[in-house]
Amino acid sequence: MDLERGVSKFAYSVVAVVLALLVGAVLIWASGYDVKEAYSNLFTGAFGGVYSLATTIVMSTPLLFTGLSVAFAFQCGLFNVGAEGQLYVGALTSAVVALALGWLPPVLRVGIALLAGAGAGALLGFVPGYLKAKLGAHEVITTIMLNYVATFLTTFLVKTYFKDPGPVDQTVLLPMGSRLPELIRGTRVSLGIVLGIVAVALLNHVMRRSVLGYEIQVVGQNPHAAEYGGVNVSARTVQAMMISGAVAGLAGSVEVMGTLYRFIPYFSPGYGFTGIAVAVIAGQNLWAVIPAAILFGALQSGGQTMQLFAGIPMELMTMVQGLVILFVAAPTLGRLLFGLKMRVREGGGRK
Amino acid sequence: MSEFIDVVFNINNVTATIRMAVPIALAAMGGAFSERSGVVNIGLEGMMLTGAFCGVFGCQITGNPWLGVLFAIIGGGLVGAIHAVLTVGLKADHVVTGVGINILSSGTTTWLMQVIWKRKGTSDLVRGLGTWSVPGLRDVPILGTILGTHSPLVYICFLLIILGWVLMFKTPLGLRIRMTGEHPEAADTVGINVNAIRYFCVILSGSLAGLGGAYLSLAQLNWFSKDMSAGRGYMALAACIFGGWNPLKGLGASFLFSFTDAIQMRMQTSKMRIATELVQMIPYVLTILILAGAVVRSRPPQALGEHYESGHVSK
Repeated sequence: MDLERGVSKFAYSVVAVVLALLVGAVLIWASGYDVKEAYSNLFTGAFGGVYSLATTIVMSTPLLFTGLSVAFAFQCGLFNVGAEGQLYVGALTSAVVALALGWLPPVLRVGIALLAGAGAGALLGFVPGYLKAKLGAHEVITTIMLNYVATFLTTFLVKTYFKDPGPVDQTVLLPMGSRLPELIRGTRVSLGIVLGIVAVALLNHVMRRSVLGYEIQVVGQNPHAAEYGGVNVSARTVQAMMISGAVAGLAGSVEVMGTLYRFIPYFSPGYGFTGIAVAVIAGQNLWAVIPAAILFGALQSGGQTMQLFAGIPMELMTMVQGLVILFVAAPTLGRLLFGLKMRVREGGGRK
Repeated sequence: MSEFIDVVFNINNVTATIRMAVPIALAAMGGAFSERSGVVNIGLEGMMLTGAFCGVFGCQITGNPWLGVLFAIIGGGLVGAIHAVLTVGLKADHVVTGVGINILSSGTTTWLMQVIWKRKGTSDLVRGLGTWSVPGLRDVPILGTILGTHSPLVYICFLLIILGWVLMFKTPLGLRIRMTGEHPEAADTVGINVNAIRYFCVILSGSLAGLGGAYLSLAQLNWFSKDMSAGRGYMALAACIFGGWNPLKGLGASFLFSFTDAIQMRMQTSKMRIATELVQMIPYVLTILILAGAVVRSRPPQALGEHYESGHVSK
């Protein structure tokens, strides 16, 4: 894609976020809250000071992975709504492996635990990929159902086999050598954010420079043409879904090994679903996942402050995510609602 | 083992199966109408959730659960209208829009719940719909236990599904709907307003899913709780596909889901030592299996998911 068009599309996506926040302002006002107080808390919570910035980065880290996961599947024309479940299996697998390999040197231990988390996510991605490729079962339904399966399954496993002795259902704390190193002392900003950026660069390279990436793109744009051109569509579909699952699995691994230091059932505040909003904003450009993840990380971190100090429910951010997806899916909507004149081509949403 | 048999082969399971099929069957019929007209409706989940919320809200402010049901039908229909405007009017991708609608509905209902009732997990209790007992039928052995006493919405649901089947397969409007989804150009040529048909069907699907939501919040329970549709909208879509986009067969497919749901509930209360989480997984695993088994032999409407503009074909 030429850079100029990519930038203008991303610019529209940012406009979509602004529009969604405007609709949010109307809702805040209609519900009897003070809009100014709400949004000033949102902003200071996201960017006002070192602590806020650190929280924004911590919140962006899992979103970087889940957003990349969904965006990568988009490239193959697949809609992975299952990042949430893949995140859970990745998180638990990493926690268990990191705890079990205490005798290995830290670097190896952390590396193997990360790989194991990615592998678990890939395995969960394999199921909808295979069902789509061989049987034509729609991946949106199967991935959503697997989200429920994965959350129940991981909760069950923790309760039954990996429980920390004590009242709470969770694993024991990871020892220092099983954690991702801190980047900034005293905050929870870990090496995870760097790994996320490396993952973006790596997958971007795969898409642009490898046969696999090229064929995945062709399948995404026109599966019939791909088939005709000799691409094994089934194999590429399964592979794309597995890679997508692996990346989402890493979101869980990084969260457990870099932020929480243990697996806790239901720990994710919907990172997998926010990842959809991140990916929709990023569109076809994988690099754009980075700013999009930071944007939503900021909204998440600011939203917490807003809830804490202005008493406005965090769910506002879920609404904003939903609205952003709709605005980007239908670029004409923004123009209709707000009379904006924007140079956005018809059908700028994903097909 | 005898306990297992007792849990699975229990007459109360049949009653519970019928009860729990209602929301899925209603939304599945909604999905059938929407998709027969050519619009993919992943947003059923959000429409059902909105219906569940509006039902409780309507009941709370009017004091009448039946008006709550009306609120639910309107609320679900409004979300359906949003889906229709975006996909039919503005030609947005159907699947992306549906997922967006589900996220938006989840956020909006939870937000409003906290604004209205100042509580995080559930709303206040409201007056439920109660039950109807069919005189005569309720005294028949076995059949009386299964069908004799239910929420009024159960009987209404069955009636609606028969009406929906008649509408879809026995009326001129139904023929037009099916033609629109199969071949919009041909439909357009013979003077059918493709967009009007699609708007009608998608809004209808939202209302039906909304009614299913009201069943959850006013009949099965009598309060609203966060994300209470719990994937039933997606199950409904799977039931719709499994039922070959036919309301009656969709009802049959819904029984499969609700049967596992019934067993699941019974297992949780029985003395069997099976972890709750494993039991709760059953309906979701079943959905995947059914979907995988169904699509092999199913043939979706030809123009499903495609946009249509009079005068030229746009893809």
